[in-house]
Amino acid sequence: MKSLEQQANGTQARQSWLAVLAKAPVAALEAGWQALGDKPDYRTLRPGETGLVMVRGRIGGTGQPFNLGEMTMTRAAVQLLDRDGKVTWTGFGHVAGRSARRAELVALFDALLQDPARHDAIERTVVAPLAAQQEAAKAAQAGKVNASRVDFFTMVRGE
Amino acid sequence: MTGLAAPAAFDFARLGPGFADPVGDAQRCFRAILDAMAHPGAVVTMPGDLPCAPGLSPAATAVALALCDIDTPVWLDAAAAGAAPYLAFHCGAPVAAAPAEARFAFVADAAMLPPLGQFALGTAEFPERSATLVIEVGGLTEGTGPTLRGPGIRGGRRLSVAGLRRRFWEERAALAELFPRGIDLLFVGGAALAAVPRSTQVVE
Repeated sequence: MKSLEQQANGTQARQSWLAVLAKAPVAALEAGWQALGDKPDYRTLRPGETGLVMVRGRIGGTGQPFNLGEMTMTRAAVQLLDRDGKVTWTGFGHVAGRSARRAELVALFDALLQDPARHDAIERTVVAPLAAQQEAAKAAQAGKVNASRVDFFTMVRGE
Repeated sequence: MTGLAAPAAFDFARLGPGFADPVGDAQRCFRAILDAMAHPGAVVTMPGDLPCAPGLSPAATAVALALCDIDTPVWLDAAAAGAAPYLAFHCGAPVAAAPAEARFAFVADAAMLPPLGQFALGTAEFPERSATLVIEVGGLTEGTGPTLRGPGIRGGRRLSVAGLRRRFWEERAALAELFPRGIDLLFVGGAALAAVPRSTQVVE
């Protein structure tokens, strides 16, 4: 049985790879899946289904939570099977938008990443490049925004 | 913190899949249930390649997947209790603590069925706030057994339900005077299903 600390670390690691995968474009995920040498057998536990989730917000992180609005999202769940057809790992995918294939691919990678035997390879070939891309895009955006930054200040009148 | 055992995570590996085509299969099964309810006592076969929840037959699983959702508390008898995680995952249906709180009751062991009066019978103002019982039975045979009369049946139709406890039909007949309150019955076995709604009179 795992200790609380181990489980918290596992959860954190899973959150971070799911965050990267959920934001990745479907083409990049598909390319990662096609490049996979030995594709596992899997069955669909929940086919991609699209629905609405309520996004909640809080002004400044301290105010009362309020309903910001609904957004479209798609979720899917898959189960990897071993050679005897027994279920080994279950993966879940939740993505913004309506692409069922994208949710399924996120779920597949989530399941593969839980498998200790495959984790490192997938992390290196799929998750790390995507994370680097997302980080670069974020930095580029931040640079553009920074270049046009205007600082407001009030002159003290010298009286 | 080390040494403290974490609460055991749910083992998703034990969950089976739901409908292969969630929209199409749910519509076809809904249609089959509608046909069964419109023709009390007629045995219909649930269409398609049906999944199977632990403890339930394919037909009962199809009823749950087609009709149950977050607004319909379900009650499971001891023999069907293994289906609770499956129904929670695929239907989102909450599990009712007592038969009286349930909109759907899944009974895998017909011999241990609680007294029918324990289920929700609806109110005079809202007769639809009643329970639909889905009962696993040994077999469904048309043409023998008690005679059914009422709306949806021309003349009479006979339906034999194997595995019900003695005096079951007498117990149900006692609820007739409450009409329009009452409970609707769905008998299932394998992929077969037959309905006996509250409007049907059963004469042994």
